[in-house]
Amino acid sequence: MNRIRRLFNEPKEKLIPFLTAGYPEMDCTVELVCTAAEAGADMVEIGIPFSDPQADGPIIQASSQLALDKGITLKMIFEQVQEIRTRTDVPIALMGYYNSILKMGHDSFLNHCVKAGVDGVILPDLPLHEAKPFCESAKSQGVFPILLVAPNTTSERIRNISELAGGLIYAVSILGVTGNDLSSKDALKSYLIRVRENSAAPFVVGFGISTREDVLWFNQYADGVVVGSAILKNMDGKDDIFKTTKEFIQTLKGIT
Amino acid sequence: MDNTFKDYQLPDKRGHYKQFGGKYVPETLIPALEELEHHYDKSKKDSVFQTELYNLLKHYAGRETALYHAARISEELGFDVWLKREDLNHTGAHKINNALGQILLAIRMGKQRIIAETGAGQHGVAVATVAARFGLECIIYMGEEDIRRQKLNVFRMRLLGAEVRSVVSGSKTLKDATNESIRDWVTHVDTTYYLIGSTVGPHPYPMLVRDFQSVIGKETKEQFIKQTGKDLPNRLVACVGGGSNAMGMFYAFLQDDIKIIGVEAAGKGLESGAHAATLTKGEFGVLHGAASSLLQNEDGQVTLPHSISAGLDYPGVGPEHSYLNQTGRVNYHTAMDQEALDAFKWLSEKEGILPALESAHALAYLRQDDNGIEQGEDVVVCLSGRGDKDVHTVAGALGVDL
Repeated sequence: MNRIRRLFNEPKEKLIPFLTAGYPEMDCTVELVCTAAEAGADMVEIGIPFSDPQADGPIIQASSQLALDKGITLKMIFEQVQEIRTRTDVPIALMGYYNSILKMGHDSFLNHCVKAGVDGVILPDLPLHEAKPFCESAKSQGVFPILLVAPNTTSERIRNISELAGGLIYAVSILGVTGNDLSSKDALKSYLIRVRENSAAPFVVGFGISTREDVLWFNQYADGVVVGSAILKNMDGKDDIFKTTKEFIQTLKGIT
Repeated sequence: MDNTFKDYQLPDKRGHYKQFGGKYVPETLIPALEELEHHYDKSKKDSVFQTELYNLLKHYAGRETALYHAARISEELGFDVWLKREDLNHTGAHKINNALGQILLAIRMGKQRIIAETGAGQHGVAVATVAARFGLECIIYMGEEDIRRQKLNVFRMRLLGAEVRSVVSGSKTLKDATNESIRDWVTHVDTTYYLIGSTVGPHPYPMLVRDFQSVIGKETKEQFIKQTGKDLPNRLVACVGGGSNAMGMFYAFLQDDIKIIGVEAAGKGLESGAHAATLTKGEFGVLHGAASSLLQNEDGQVTLPHSISAGLDYPGVGPEHSYLNQTGRVNYHTAMDQEALDAFKWLSEKEGILPALESAHALAYLRQDDNGIEQGEDVVVCLSGRGDKDVHTVAGALGVDL
């Protein structure tokens, strides 16, 4: 069974840290993902760096640019996931912009996913009406295409998106890019309830989530939360990025 | 010619030109694009909108622009060259045609805040101009590198009341300014109108920019008949960066039995890697919301283009051009930096017209040995803008210290 499906069959609080592949150093990703899993991450999202990340705020943009400057490629990311798979069974989703997948080709990309042990793919610039061919291929290979919904997505569209995705969708918390400030709790709550009512699949929430309080609050209304920019920012200026990441994830999970 | 273009109706409902085009954007922008489509459809049937636009084009922008028979270069070349003088528009280029059309849409959509990307600053100046004309807040995103290279246009935009925001991400040029505009739009989608400057971006932008620019070709057709007594020119030529002046010129002629040529920037040479010849050297990809031809590396990362002309210095190209290239309806050639500079001097000295360096690429094609133009042809060239903005660049290239 797909590891994401197995995870979301369990009704529990879920934390999904995001890590940019190849950041802060090319060879850190394997150890960081394993550290995250050991610290209590329920699933890990690995970002494929892209030259033009239009849905990302300054922190993830800068991390992507740095990883690209150091020479990260999609093939290297698959090798890293393959190595991670020898050490942990934590569900892994790749997050990337569509051009990276298009250039490799849907089939080749999905074959690499299957071979390396990738469970899902999040594509922030592949909306419903462009997503069908990729989603059908991914599902036939047992890889979850994780499509996005936003606060201004209509209820009907949430239904259609979740049906096409099938296994899991990603609700963007705000109108904005990654790392932005959150809006009012009232507005968020009614949005998340609307996603719950209309989604045919479990859903996680991401963008702007950074504290233990956020993790608890969002888990009341969603099936899990993604923390990205805050994880990367936490590494800034630290000598031991593994130790600090472990501690930060434990804090987010409420493990003391 | 086959019949594909006799009843040409692309894009389709979803904004595709076969495999090109579409809407590859974050979900947050989908409602905004649908709202824009809705208002654009309505505006096409709205005689009040059309009259207002017509009057602005006529009395504010100064249309129609002349179709000028360039007698001295025609004599030298052995065929007749007709220049469509978009350089005579208010603000000095064709960009104002689109800026006026879109600002009227923004007003009808109730948006009070206008954002735009700019490379050389010509589109930024056009947007700042129309925003001033209608009293709307205006923010222009411009790469830090371009701000340094185009100080004069930055100051012009500020004089017009716009805020120019420096973009320091990525390569700090036009593509990054576009990314930053998209991020701003995602964040302020309820209040903000994104006024895209070329036939690029997600549907419906490539279509509506083409339509607002198609006045160029429509006027050309009527003027050519009136001035020559002939039915059609033999050939159209326009430079292609994102492709808006070219689409504007070509669109009215796609179904006609004439040759159509787009000219891309070959920079320092196609084999040098330092060029912006997206259709000639690019591969299928997705950037800034559309599937089209794209300059990219083997890992799908967008590579940096080069052209002496900032307006052509873009790694993507409008999706409709990709389609016209694939079908062979339009032939795409290239001209190098040096050829464009030579053409700039040539037109200045022979006709008393300083062309924009973008337009100089189209002019350079006229002088290429392998252009296939026969003696006695009538060739229309879209002179998309005036060259005053490029005087510093040209002086630099000629080693002149101003």
